[in-house]
Amino acid sequence: MYFGLSEEQSFFKDNIKKYLDDNATLDSIRHITNGDEKNLSREIHNGLLNLGINSLLIPEKYGGLELDLLFAAVVSESLGGGIGPVPFIAPYVIAPKAILEAGSSEQKEKYLSKIAVNEALFGVGFSEFIGKRNDAGVSFSNGALNGRSMFVLDAQTATHILLADKKGRIFIVEINSNNIEIVNLTTVDKTRQYAEVICKDLEAEILIGSENSQEPIIKAIDAGRIMLAADTLGAAQTMINKAVDYAKERKQFGRVIGSFQAVKHMCAEMAADLEPCYALVWHAAHCHDHSPSDARLMACHAKSHTSEMGKGIAKKATEVHGGMGFTDLLGLHYWFKRIGVNRQILGSPELVREEAIQSQLK
Amino acid sequence: MDLEYGPEYQEFTKEVQAFCKKYKGLSFIDSHKTPFGTSGESGGPKMLRSKWQKILIRKGYFARSVPKEYGGYGGEADMLKSRIIAAEFSKSKTPTPMGGQGIDMLVPTLLEMGTEQQKQAYIKPTLHGEMIWCQGYSEPNAGSDLASLQTKGELIGDEWVINGQKIWTSTAQFSQMCFCLVRTEPDAPKHAGISYLLIPMDTPGIEIRPLVDMTLMPGFNEVFFTDVKISANNIVGKRGEGWTVANATLGHERGSLAPPDATMNRVNMLMHLMKKETLDDKPLIEHPIYRDRLMQIQGKVLAQQSHALRLLSAKLNPGTDVKIGKMIQKLIGTELRHELEGLAIDIMGEIGTLYENSPHVRNEGTWQFIYMYFLGLIIGGGTSQIQKNIIAERGLGMPKEPKVQGA
Repeated sequence: MYFGLSEEQSFFKDNIKKYLDDNATLDSIRHITNGDEKNLSREIHNGLLNLGINSLLIPEKYGGLELDLLFAAVVSESLGGGIGPVPFIAPYVIAPKAILEAGSSEQKEKYLSKIAVNEALFGVGFSEFIGKRNDAGVSFSNGALNGRSMFVLDAQTATHILLADKKGRIFIVEINSNNIEIVNLTTVDKTRQYAEVICKDLEAEILIGSENSQEPIIKAIDAGRIMLAADTLGAAQTMINKAVDYAKERKQFGRVIGSFQAVKHMCAEMAADLEPCYALVWHAAHCHDHSPSDARLMACHAKSHTSEMGKGIAKKATEVHGGMGFTDLLGLHYWFKRIGVNRQILGSPELVREEAIQSQLK
Repeated sequence: MDLEYGPEYQEFTKEVQAFCKKYKGLSFIDSHKTPFGTSGESGGPKMLRSKWQKILIRKGYFARSVPKEYGGYGGEADMLKSRIIAAEFSKSKTPTPMGGQGIDMLVPTLLEMGTEQQKQAYIKPTLHGEMIWCQGYSEPNAGSDLASLQTKGELIGDEWVINGQKIWTSTAQFSQMCFCLVRTEPDAPKHAGISYLLIPMDTPGIEIRPLVDMTLMPGFNEVFFTDVKISANNIVGKRGEGWTVANATLGHERGSLAPPDATMNRVNMLMHLMKKETLDDKPLIEHPIYRDRLMQIQGKVLAQQSHALRLLSAKLNPGTDVKIGKMIQKLIGTELRHELEGLAIDIMGEIGTLYENSPHVRNEGTWQFIYMYFLGLIIGGGTSQIQKNIIAERGLGMPKEPKVQGA
């Protein structure tokens, strides 16, 4: 019995972390979030592609590495820790998962092998399947999609987008069409891209296996949620580390503030809140591949519980920094905002917990 | 990640299941004198608690790694087997072996630091449930700051003469012996002036007064020592080494207070209750606010269960770094259990306030009882605030508070 990361997984995690430490410096992040004139995001993305982040989940026969979701989870954790300003969850986790689960053999051959060699980059818009806000949503008839999808992940850099309707049917659309409009959405988190996708008689290809079954989309969403949980886990850990370091240096009343119990206890609470999230996220990723009966519940709780813990940590870690924590100068807010957006994407905690209870009352 | 136990353990699980079946419905003739271990069901065999202890030791289900010569099974410690035993016993409601402070804390301490004569004299009867121990640590003025304890021990001739008072002494009324921290070196610095003494509870000069807690049960006692004389040999470690001796076992107590599997059993019980109980004719489980709160707690418990697996794995695979992971156990486990029991009360509303054998009380009033009882555990064994100091200072490397002069 062994509960934890394998050597290869730790190695993967450390490699991504090291790459980001060296390349996604705070200055680079700042440049990227201010408009990215130098296209640094692309450079960082390319660097990470060299480490294989695009082909983790793709079967070997389509040219991928065919690894467990836990590998993707540790990559996501490192991306959260270093606020990697690159597409990951949509193109390299949710899209390949959805295509694997619901694609015909031709669709798998066609799209997965392209993802593996970086010729296809997918955005994903599943928000309305989880919870439709106001008049959003797409409908499918006669081979075409109409309507709009909100908070589509990574649409701006994509070649294709996966969209879903309320029934959980998954559609592939191409970005090179006159019938699609991509509207940039500005969230507080400028390290990643979100868009509204408007379809007008947009030609769409349905993933065969999703036609009469919601299982594929649920599996893909579970995987995406575990990634968001892992991203928050990494981001929250960085915030704790920064808060603890700051509390050991900053002096007031003639002592470092970390010697005051008021500050010390905030740090201890953050550590005690986050530590079990490692096991929860890893366990959820493991169950996703190896324990189908627990997979759904674990993925839901990994997402909602880590979101809750992350929110508290983002607040406390900022407070430990005092006024400096509130400034743009320190850049702590990038992590605060990343955690804040992760919490809402693919289902806010309340929505996800409702799915969790429903899965148990069936 | 490999959560399989392997074929050897599947066999072992079957063996334990067969054993539990054999003793189905077991109960004890003398359970009123042995306050530890679950009492099982009824309708099966009856025996003395000590006989059950011996059966469990002979099978290797208890005291597995304690050497044979001291009354144990004499095998290798096996974390997975312990886990299987605990799980199967719980599932089949088979009475667990006795625990308590003698077995959980004194035995490991003696094994590590006792003299040969002490091991021979005390370990076997303790494991067999024939010698019950209480722990004489806390005093009215030495709680979180335990090392400031003042109960005095003077070596006069070949006897220790003990005077002072202990408090929060659970099970003192059942105990034959007390392992006790006593100040024997009044001139030494506070941590270096303490000795770890073993005191027979029938020695003249000991008075036990029950201390009723908020659950209205006499869960604790105060113990008064007036010129209590015991043999000079009844000391573990050397004079002034008592703090080190005691600390060898305090860590053990912290970990075992609130196992997440037990908390998950209560979550499942609550979910069951929420399907049965109705509010305005609708089952509570269908009320969005209550079901969301239930799910919040379930998420926390799942996180702690997964965390416990990670810690178990770290014990099996030395070299894994889980330092902070271990330190948080007492804090998060006791706080979560208290929160869960409190949630059940909220969900039941007025009915949740019913207690003892009131009409309409649910689950024998256990939700209220455990809600209060766990507040005791949050405070006892190092309060949550002390735990946070430990996590911050030893886990995160944050500086200690500056010392106040004279403290």
